[in-house]
Amino acid sequence: MPRPGFVLDVDRSTPPTLFWHGEGFRLERLPVGSRVLYPPEALPALEDSDSAIRQALLNPIDSDPLPTLLKPGMKLTIAFDDVSLPLPPMRQPDVRQRVIEAVLEMAAAAGVDDVQLIVALALHRRMTEAELRHAIGDRVYDAFEPHGLLTQHDAEDPDNLIHLGTTEQGEDVELNKRAATSDLLVYVNINLVAMDGGHKSVATGLASYRSLRHHHNVRTMTHSRSFMDQHKSELHSSNWRIGRHIAAQGVKVFQIETTLNSDTFPDQFNFLQRREWEWNWRDRAGFLATSKSLQRTPARIARNIFHSIKAPHDITSVQAGAVEPVHELTTANVYKQQLVPVDGQTDIVTMGLPYICPYNVNSVMNPILVMCLGLGYFFNLYRGKPVVREGGVLIMSHPTPWEFHPVHHPSYIDFFEEVLAETTDPLEIEAKYEEQFATDPWYIHLYRTSHAYHGVHPFYMWYWGAHALEHLGGVIVVGGETRSVRRLGFKPASTLRDALEMAEDVVGRDPSITHLHLPPLMIADVT
Amino acid sequence: MRALLFERSLPRYAAARVAGGLSPGAGARVGPLSLADVDPPELPGDEWHRVRPRLAGICGSDLATIDGHSSRYFEPIVSFPFVPGHEIVGDLDDGTRVVVRPTLTCVTRGITPVCDWCARGDSNRCERTAFGHLEPGLQTGYCSDTGGGWSTSLVAHASQLHRVPDSLSDEAAVMVEPAACAVHAAAAVAEDTIAVIGAGTLGLCTVAALRYFGAPHLVIVAAKHPEQKALARELGADVIVEPDGLERSIRRATQSLQLRDQLTCGADAVIDCVGNDASLAQSLRVVAPGGTVHLVGMPGSVNVDLTSLWHREVSLRGTYAYTDDDFTKAFELVEARDLGRLVSALYPLHRYRDAIEHAANAGRRGAVKVAFDLRNERGR
Repeated sequence: MPRPGFVLDVDRSTPPTLFWHGEGFRLERLPVGSRVLYPPEALPALEDSDSAIRQALLNPIDSDPLPTLLKPGMKLTIAFDDVSLPLPPMRQPDVRQRVIEAVLEMAAAAGVDDVQLIVALALHRRMTEAELRHAIGDRVYDAFEPHGLLTQHDAEDPDNLIHLGTTEQGEDVELNKRAATSDLLVYVNINLVAMDGGHKSVATGLASYRSLRHHHNVRTMTHSRSFMDQHKSELHSSNWRIGRHIAAQGVKVFQIETTLNSDTFPDQFNFLQRREWEWNWRDRAGFLATSKSLQRTPARIARNIFHSIKAPHDITSVQAGAVEPVHELTTANVYKQQLVPVDGQTDIVTMGLPYICPYNVNSVMNPILVMCLGLGYFFNLYRGKPVVREGGVLIMSHPTPWEFHPVHHPSYIDFFEEVLAETTDPLEIEAKYEEQFATDPWYIHLYRTSHAYHGVHPFYMWYWGAHALEHLGGVIVVGGETRSVRRLGFKPASTLRDALEMAEDVVGRDPSITHLHLPPLMIADVT
Repeated sequence: MRALLFERSLPRYAAARVAGGLSPGAGARVGPLSLADVDPPELPGDEWHRVRPRLAGICGSDLATIDGHSSRYFEPIVSFPFVPGHEIVGDLDDGTRVVVRPTLTCVTRGITPVCDWCARGDSNRCERTAFGHLEPGLQTGYCSDTGGGWSTSLVAHASQLHRVPDSLSDEAAVMVEPAACAVHAAAAVAEDTIAVIGAGTLGLCTVAALRYFGAPHLVIVAAKHPEQKALARELGADVIVEPDGLERSIRRATQSLQLRDQLTCGADAVIDCVGNDASLAQSLRVVAPGGTVHLVGMPGSVNVDLTSLWHREVSLRGTYAYTDDDFTKAFELVEARDLGRLVSALYPLHRYRDAIEHAANAGRRGAVKVAFDLRNERGR
């Protein structure tokens, strides 16, 4: 039976705590009295996931069974989540492959000929062939891609977008035309965190910039407290409005959502998922061997090693049918895996940032993504209240190199070098620069034809952190490249001890400290 | 009088070229430049005056000469031995403080009638810089008859003398000549989106002139060093980037596409204040089709692929010195934008090697303009 999440009170006998530090780790001694939040252990996998998938399709929630929705001569589109999920990429077969194969079998049995697959990229980069083969398997790839039946959503293709009007709040709804004009749109989702899925799958994943800008903006982000709590997330509300509008326009969506357990790292990295005082000799040896060898490994090679990790995630649930009831169940399953009850806020929150976030799979974790992971994602992994109090300090550990992937993140470079050199204020950035970047023809060209994130994407990364920037009294990066950290508007510190001393200038003497021991991911349920 | 003398000596010129190639400014240690006691130049005529320099700047063209990098083009329009120094503020015998406008044109050479260019006031285009009653020399500081600023005495024609108002310090006054070059460069630019490559004295003064006398929509400056960046910002640059970030910045500003390194659109005008292979090649990469590259920095011999110039109908325009009017405007610019602050270091003549090395490495050492301070020189 997996143990639930745990809040450790650090005492004199507590061993040093492991902090992720990019493509490496730090062992840090937290002051006595600090709290460490450990995620729940991995939930057990479904015994027969293929059977569970089939059952979900045959017994959907608030929907007719999938086979009864499939008719000869119909136009069927299957959209699925892109390379940003799951993290790290999971071992094959990927859950998307399992689900898509099951849907295709039923479509074939029903005599559906017009089937297309679309990667729901939103404004993310196009996936490579290898990434697609990994996600959906060779069989599906070879059956569809050579015939032009596997496409990647292009949010800048005027010929393949359709405007479905506006919501009651004036939000433009512009979607992938093939998806929106199909007789049935099957969406295959991976729900890694509580903000994934639901109406967001289609309303965001298959939308254009014109549509996305209504909720990917500073106002929405600062009114989402947090993204992980649907009842308090303006991001959620906007997507739900758009999703309901899509349904009202006659777009029929059959939603298939899956949840994964938190078995995030393979056996050789087992120590990353265990609580330090429970490390056995194998864990200690694994930590030592990994740390020592990483110290001698050039950064580029270390990055390649880490990005080759395939997570042993197992499927914990599959639900299909109508979007909203499906997602309600999905969210409950995510919470079951990730919620950790936490009593009260803290003056200082600490976290170690790993090598990966949703936007640098097989790529470089550039400084903007460091900000986004720390302040956009990890800070927002709460329900109720943020782990850190208003005016508190967030300390994160990451090398934060001034380095960018030139193919994946071209607009990030300009954003970092030009925009952040002027201001780090999200509202000013949004007002002054967003449109320039969003409509830049070169970025649009690279997004459409290469493997580049859309020109506006670094803005969204910055907006993700807007709530944290507004809430926090300071951000300190331990072990980060000084000039990068300063460009982000944060303070650099060489050691955790230095960072804690610096934080005391903001929050006062003898602060309360809480460390988020992740990944694996968790959501702090703060009361 | 004490003077730094540049003599014709091929072996020493070759040595300077080698040394200067290894370490900028090192040509002063081995080359044809030396500190000497020489006779002061004689007054060539009635309208000539003796000027006792107070400050004399070290210019990029001086450094190129000392390090043996200047073009052979200059050979017919200089005369040896000469005393370098053409950025000069000095005193006349009656104590009047003057800035010397160094161009040696028809009037100074006793040529009548003056050439068409001089007649129009465009004396920087004078056709007679190697003729008349003076030895050849395009400017004071390159002519064996007039002497130059790196000494305690030189001669200048009345037409070259501009009285310095009391409100201008010596430091400000010595900036008038380079500022006049910048005024001239800026006057040739009417475009809206302008890139300035280089943020040494000339680049910074050009930014100041662009903003003071015009209203371009966007001025992007490529600057290497922190002090240069700060000054560029203060003087009116809208965007300041590292030199290797210029393409990216202009691409974004002009919403250009890109073909390898070549922007498909680009800046309407590029002002190259560096003048070497790399800066000219970069200028051609970032200038818009039909745009103009203004060569303000003295280029010398360069090796650049001009295909894009041909294909995109780009104009390459030289910008030398200043007109009579530019020189007058430069006083206004220097005072209004406090360009005297660009003078970062002053050296006595006997420390000329240090001064030249400092000037040759000015940006890296946090300096802009380095000058000789003659005010306390023996024999002045």
